[in-house]
Amino acid sequence: MDAVVSPDPATKPLRAALVGNPNCGKTSLFNQLTGSRQKVANYAGVTVERKEGALTTPGGRKIRLLDLPGAYSLSATSPDEDVTRDVCTGRHAVEPRPDLIICVVSATNLALHLRFLLELCQIGRPIMVVLNMMDEAERIGLTIDVPGLASALGLPVVPAISLRRSGVTHLLEALDRPDPPPPAPIPEGADLHAEVAALIGRYTNALSLRGDRLADRLDRWFLHPVWGPVILLVVLFFMFQTVFAWAQPVMDALEAGITALGEILLSPLPQGLLRSLLADGVIAGAGTVIVFLPQILILFLWILALEESGYLPRAAFLLDRIMALAGLSGRSFIPLLSSFACAIPGIMAARTIQNPRDRLVTILIAPLMTCSARLPVYTLLIAAFVPHRTVGGIFGLQGLVLFALYFVAIVSGIVAARLMTRGVTSDEHPLLLELPPYRRPNLRSLALGLWQRAVMFLSRVGTIIVSLNVLLWALSSFPAPPAGATGSAIDYSLAGMIGHWMLPVFAPVGFNWQICVSLIPGLAAREVAVSALATVYALGATEDSAATQLTPLLSAHWSMATAFALLAWYVYAPQCISTLAVMRRETRSLKVVIGAAAYLFGLAYAAAFLTYHATLALTG
Amino acid sequence: MTLDTLPKGAQAVVSQVVARMENDPIATRLGELGFIPGASVEIVATGPVGRDPIAVRLGSSRFALRRGEASRIALKHDF
Repeated sequence: MDAVVSPDPATKPLRAALVGNPNCGKTSLFNQLTGSRQKVANYAGVTVERKEGALTTPGGRKIRLLDLPGAYSLSATSPDEDVTRDVCTGRHAVEPRPDLIICVVSATNLALHLRFLLELCQIGRPIMVVLNMMDEAERIGLTIDVPGLASALGLPVVPAISLRRSGVTHLLEALDRPDPPPPAPIPEGADLHAEVAALIGRYTNALSLRGDRLADRLDRWFLHPVWGPVILLVVLFFMFQTVFAWAQPVMDALEAGITALGEILLSPLPQGLLRSLLADGVIAGAGTVIVFLPQILILFLWILALEESGYLPRAAFLLDRIMALAGLSGRSFIPLLSSFACAIPGIMAARTIQNPRDRLVTILIAPLMTCSARLPVYTLLIAAFVPHRTVGGIFGLQGLVLFALYFVAIVSGIVAARLMTRGVTSDEHPLLLELPPYRRPNLRSLALGLWQRAVMFLSRVGTIIVSLNVLLWALSSFPAPPAGATGSAIDYSLAGMIGHWMLPVFAPVGFNWQICVSLIPGLAAREVAVSALATVYALGATEDSAATQLTPLLSAHWSMATAFALLAWYVYAPQCISTLAVMRRETRSLKVVIGAAAYLFGLAYAAAFLTYHATLALTG
Repeated sequence: MTLDTLPKGAQAVVSQVVARMENDPIATRLGELGFIPGASVEIVATGPVGRDPIAVRLGSSRFALRRGEASRIALKHDF
């Protein structure tokens, strides 16, 4: 641990850390200071995001800036706050103690933020105070005697507007001056609240102000017991409309583009193993990764904008009671809802949940929300086995079955979450959520946030998905069928053999060997199981034509019990390598991934078994 | 009277935060957030289901609290 500050700033960069309450504008300040020169990673062993950036002041001083997680106090109650406390006090295992603490304080919320500043003064490190959101303060008529406050605190205090590029010039100038000495510690046992109240009374006109009327007016609508949920529904409707509808054409275009690009790139290669590896393994694998990107970006654009505007905590407020049914809080709602499109953006969206237990449980039940990739399988089996007739005069039986599949999955998710949250800890599970002032989202911040998600997804998750795809390709291609073979190629491959070996395990749930074989390539993406079934039954390879040809074939070859068992299997089974890969990335724990896969397979097997035998008994 | 029983729109003054047990982290955090004796609070909104959670204005901040959390905050009778 080096506590010695290098005397020559040109050789060794100053290590500074941004510290502050949640909602103090710390992240937009960080973005403003470091721009795209940021590295986003996780702290070792925990799922707390670590953001570091580099900047050079106008005077040529090099600074490495760490954006510590927002905290209300040094008596930490979450892993986020643990990191902030440990880094500030120099107790963090990996992160060295910062040379300078830049404490960001929102001018509009001095009572809360100054208390944390006084707490930070106790640890005896040099501190610079940034009085952020001076534009908001002006809007509500708040005036602050900045030099007075600075001399009372004995610290440099710099006004800033983190949403504007010009709003950080004072801070950059201050960073060129010599570092301030550590503040004099406040006597042990002092009443920090009283100190803060005295400062506010002496150096601001806050006590004579009426507070934020805009927030009052907006909250009257957004938190209204009737209109609040209505507005939320409208917002969510537009959100998912754009995720599903707007992303689809882009996704189709990307898919077509990748296929076309693959064909152009591979056309000089002769038909054979190498070409098959590149086309069906590498390019198809990269394709599945890139195709998810539009959905992820649109979803995150919404989430980031809703979060920055201050609306997301309000949504959590409205939905808290409903999510409490599952033992979770309102914050879990958006990740879970997103998982109906695809569990991958859903699991990534769980980053916005601060409580680590909630976050883990949300990630674990996200695969139970019926993702859109299951639909091709559902529609195929329903079309083949559920008679096309109406029930009760208005409802189609096929539609009812589809609804039941979604419904059962949601109920299972709630039950699973309840079981996971029960008994793990007897602690009361707090909400204690700050409802920050409303703000217009900053385009630069949104763009940076999106860029970071995109890079994270493509570089980290992408590599895993592509390599697993290549592995699955190898399993389905080797060994090649012998000369003069009559069956389909996959039948002779390792995947085919594994499928046959799996048969004794899956025979009790009514699966035949064709289903077992198709489950293996289905690991790459659920909907691939449809075309894999077509391959096994030696039909055309494209998904649409496969489905139309498969429908009569399946209804002739499979019993209804087998088909229903497969449907039940699909409600639960975690057979999506990409989901497991993103889970691994987000939780940084192989144990969690194995646990998730085991519990989902267990559920899937049990559900398929029960469905198979129940249907057998009913249909005789 | 505790904060969870305060009607919507009404203002009150905190008398104390009552810890449920020794080292009650929720009570500690409530204190750090500014729920201290003498602080004035107002219920801004109540949740759509069972009037839970509640949104409280405390000075210039707003917080969403579940009823269990709010019940730790005792209010002065004479406001």
